[in-house]
Amino acid sequence: MAETAYVPTKEDFELLTGRDITTDKNFASQSYWKGVAIHFLRNRRAMVGVFIVTAIILLAIFGPILSPYGYRDIVSYTDEAGKQVVAKGISPQIGHAGEGAFDQYTFLFGTDDLGRDQWTRTWHGARVSLVIAFVTIIIDMIIGMSYGLISGYFGGAVDAVMQRIVEVANSVPRLVIVSVLAIFMPKGMGLVIVALLLTEWIGMSKIARAEMLRIKEQEYVLASRTLGAHSMHIIFKQILPNTIGPIITQVMFSIPTAIFTEAFLSFVGVGIMLPQCSIGSLIENGFNNITTLPYQILPPIIVLALQMLGFNFIGDGFREALAPKLEDM
Amino acid sequence: MEMNENTILKFDNLDISFRTNAGVVHAIRGVNIELRRGETVAIVGESGSGKSVTVKAAVGLLDGNATVNSGKILYRYKNDDGSEKIVDLLAMSKRELRTTINGSRIAMVFQDPMTSLDPTMTIGKQIMEGILLHKRGDKDFAYRRALELLELVGITDAEKRMKNYPHQLSGGMRQRVVIAIALACDPDILICDEPTTALDVTIQARILELIKDVQDRLGLSVIYITHDLGVVAKVADYVNVMYAGKIIEVGKVNEVFYEPKHPYTWGLLAAMPDLETDDDRLASIPGSPPNLLHEPQGDAFAARNAFALKIDEKVEPPLFKVSDTHYAATWLLHPDAPKVEMPKELQARIERARKEAERYQ
Amino acid sequence: MKKYILKRVAMSLATLLLIMFVLFVLVRIMPGNPFPSERMNAEQIANKRAELGLDDPVLVQFGRYMAGLAHGDFGKGTSLYYGAPITTVLGTCINNSFRIGGLAILIGTAVGLALGITAALNKGTFVDAFCTVFSILGVCVPGYVFLIFLQYFFSYKIPFFPYFFDTSRFLFSSILPALSLSLFTMSTVARFTRNEMVEVMDSDYVHLAESKGMYGNMLVTRHILRNALIPIVTVLAPLIVDLLTGALVVEKIYGINGIGKLMVDSIAGEGVDYNYVLALGILYSALYIGIMLVVDVLYGVLDPRIRVASSGEGDA
Repeated sequence: MAETAYVPTKEDFELLTGRDITTDKNFASQSYWKGVAIHFLRNRRAMVGVFIVTAIILLAIFGPILSPYGYRDIVSYTDEAGKQVVAKGISPQIGHAGEGAFDQYTFLFGTDDLGRDQWTRTWHGARVSLVIAFVTIIIDMIIGMSYGLISGYFGGAVDAVMQRIVEVANSVPRLVIVSVLAIFMPKGMGLVIVALLLTEWIGMSKIARAEMLRIKEQEYVLASRTLGAHSMHIIFKQILPNTIGPIITQVMFSIPTAIFTEAFLSFVGVGIMLPQCSIGSLIENGFNNITTLPYQILPPIIVLALQMLGFNFIGDGFREALAPKLEDM
Repeated sequence: MEMNENTILKFDNLDISFRTNAGVVHAIRGVNIELRRGETVAIVGESGSGKSVTVKAAVGLLDGNATVNSGKILYRYKNDDGSEKIVDLLAMSKRELRTTINGSRIAMVFQDPMTSLDPTMTIGKQIMEGILLHKRGDKDFAYRRALELLELVGITDAEKRMKNYPHQLSGGMRQRVVIAIALACDPDILICDEPTTALDVTIQARILELIKDVQDRLGLSVIYITHDLGVVAKVADYVNVMYAGKIIEVGKVNEVFYEPKHPYTWGLLAAMPDLETDDDRLASIPGSPPNLLHEPQGDAFAARNAFALKIDEKVEPPLFKVSDTHYAATWLLHPDAPKVEMPKELQARIERARKEAERYQ
Repeated sequence: MKKYILKRVAMSLATLLLIMFVLFVLVRIMPGNPFPSERMNAEQIANKRAELGLDDPVLVQFGRYMAGLAHGDFGKGTSLYYGAPITTVLGTCINNSFRIGGLAILIGTAVGLALGITAALNKGTFVDAFCTVFSILGVCVPGYVFLIFLQYFFSYKIPFFPYFFDTSRFLFSSILPALSLSLFTMSTVARFTRNEMVEVMDSDYVHLAESKGMYGNMLVTRHILRNALIPIVTVLAPLIVDLLTGALVVEKIYGINGIGKLMVDSIAGEGVDYNYVLALGILYSALYIGIMLVVDVLYGVLDPRIRVASSGEGDA
């Protein structure tokens, strides 16, 4: 304790002047969103999530380009005898000198049962899965938010009817929707997208409605109402910005659901069809060859798990940043 | 262990910090409080000043991320055989504390009656629970005692209420139930953590009267935690003003109210609404309490203090003695300090309040 | 309370009826014929349609279908198991699926609860960290992937368990699929239980109980568990439904003759079997609505805030 040794002088007992004590230095500089951002950036898990997701997105974009083979190409060459040699079932390897037929070739993830480069196929599949997930979830977000905001804003009979519809829609299992869709449309990417569109908006609409009900009665909205602001104006100018936080969180949790659903439908055989490939169809193919080429199933599974992990971490991070608990302050 | 004969509970140089994700928060920085038998001590301060943490340390309810760096909380009690014993509550294990102290000797009333009762248990059971736990009697006894307590705290139709769940009662009623729970095992000390903050104004006064009433009847010693000086004036014998984890002014209620010495206390008093002062002339203390993640150099209040001295930015003021019972931690009391008077506005208010009080005596 | 239950039952039945009707209409308005018509001439098709009553108004057809359902008659498949009554096929499949699904729910809930409770009571320790990692893993890797690995290692590499499901060794060959199906339930229940417990342990009413002198097991069983477990009932409903979905793939991988595999067969093959789609759609919807109903009612029974109406009388 060095302070105890300090002997105050006469000058020390003069009033401090020329200071500004009216501005609050603890909170003044922090806006709400800045606080959220700082909280999110400080969250180690969320940052791991961001890193994983960014890495996967980059690889999904550039991975197939980096490889000399297309995702549908069967790697082969014609030997001196004029016979075609196909690079079937080669386990992961880096090109090296050797006697083997494909020793000079690099197949980071190996090749599949038909001789296609797994590296290219995995990242191409990841690309397909991510595109499906992003497209459907963004459309669902728009549908769900509009539905929920309108329902919550108008309340009364409108709300009652709209919520009854949600309840019924929510009572139909996703599987049943998929199977009925299978009657009406060809199996493939379209079916996966429509199935996701029909189911994922419900969660978003619930969140938007709950937020709307919460915010609706707050003073600033009441104030602009009494000032004669138009309903739609209130919904989109004032309430929308406030619902954005929880909705983004929901989006982060919906994307992995969409990826999961795609993988599941493709695995079962109603999703992505040949010659296209997705994470789900790659897992299925790997499963079919698991006894002969066990390594083949690993890349798509690892990519799937990492995608899930990454988006879930980001979602958790958003949720915590939007509603921080005292303990993590 | 040293303790004045009449003192029943003594916080001795208590120092607590919390580990958080952002770093270590030094929340309590050397707190001394004394509670004498049968008296009421109030701890006043803004939210975040550390008043709740202080008392939670006494009843073993500190969060898991808290560390007691130093200090003692001494408690004097009578054993069943009549012999007196002094213990350090901080040195006791949780189990010891729960079996010998909590409920049976020191009881607590929480801030929000809407959340402090178990929603899945009838209130009768919740009252009886403590009685059975401390083996004060069998089930029949506990039931009769619970009925008695409900009547004591002014709940009519007690027999019917015993079977009610908390959600069936209003906020004021629930707080009465919480008080009944606290009184169930005849404790010596009642700790009330902002017992009226969450209640309607009309009900606040009745709950305060109730606590005062049971205190007189049962001879309890009471610690009040509040940010409301109005409450303090009504109930307390002694006042401790707390700021940034320290007691910065302590004294008898009249001393602190009529002759406050610390500029922070001036601020609190000036911010208290009364009939004569217009709302727009109510002064508020500028700024907000410091973040104890970064411990301030010198006086923690200096940044918000219109009467800060140069030394306030260098050295933390010690407690200066004003009278035998009245102390304040401000350099303004140093003999070398300039003579600074409290604001005129406040002087006038205090004068009015003093006359008013005399009229009612 | 009785009124509440009756209301919920009536609402559920109405919803189910509505869904059945919509499903029926959707399946019936399909272009083409719900029977193999490639080798029939126009007259034969017309006769067949008349015989099946396909030209009657939709409501009449629906009434006829419902009357059949009342006798447990789902009709016959159009392409799948051609000729066999759907009810018979469904019976076998339901038996297999429900036993494995039931086992999975049992394992998942029991282990999940135990893990979550242990983690919460040892917050911040190794056990807690393990629970967190486990639940992250369980949420990120689909159950069927676990089954693929389990099957590869414990049925193929080390042939201890049967490679495919075998009704003659029902329980033994149920272990791998039930275990993989239960993982998602297990990890979700563990995570939810842990978080709910931690929250309750920090609640005012638990602090009040502690300030009364409660501690240890008594505090946990009397105040913490009951309050923490009531909300868990609500996550169980969606989990069971997810389990139904997961069963689809698990049954495919492990060659189990269950409703999931039947569902896959009815849509994933060359043609789609309308009647099976309809029957399974009704079955799944009924299951789903039934589960939600049970959970809602159970929640009401467990939580006095719903069970006992607030009287709201009295003021301080």
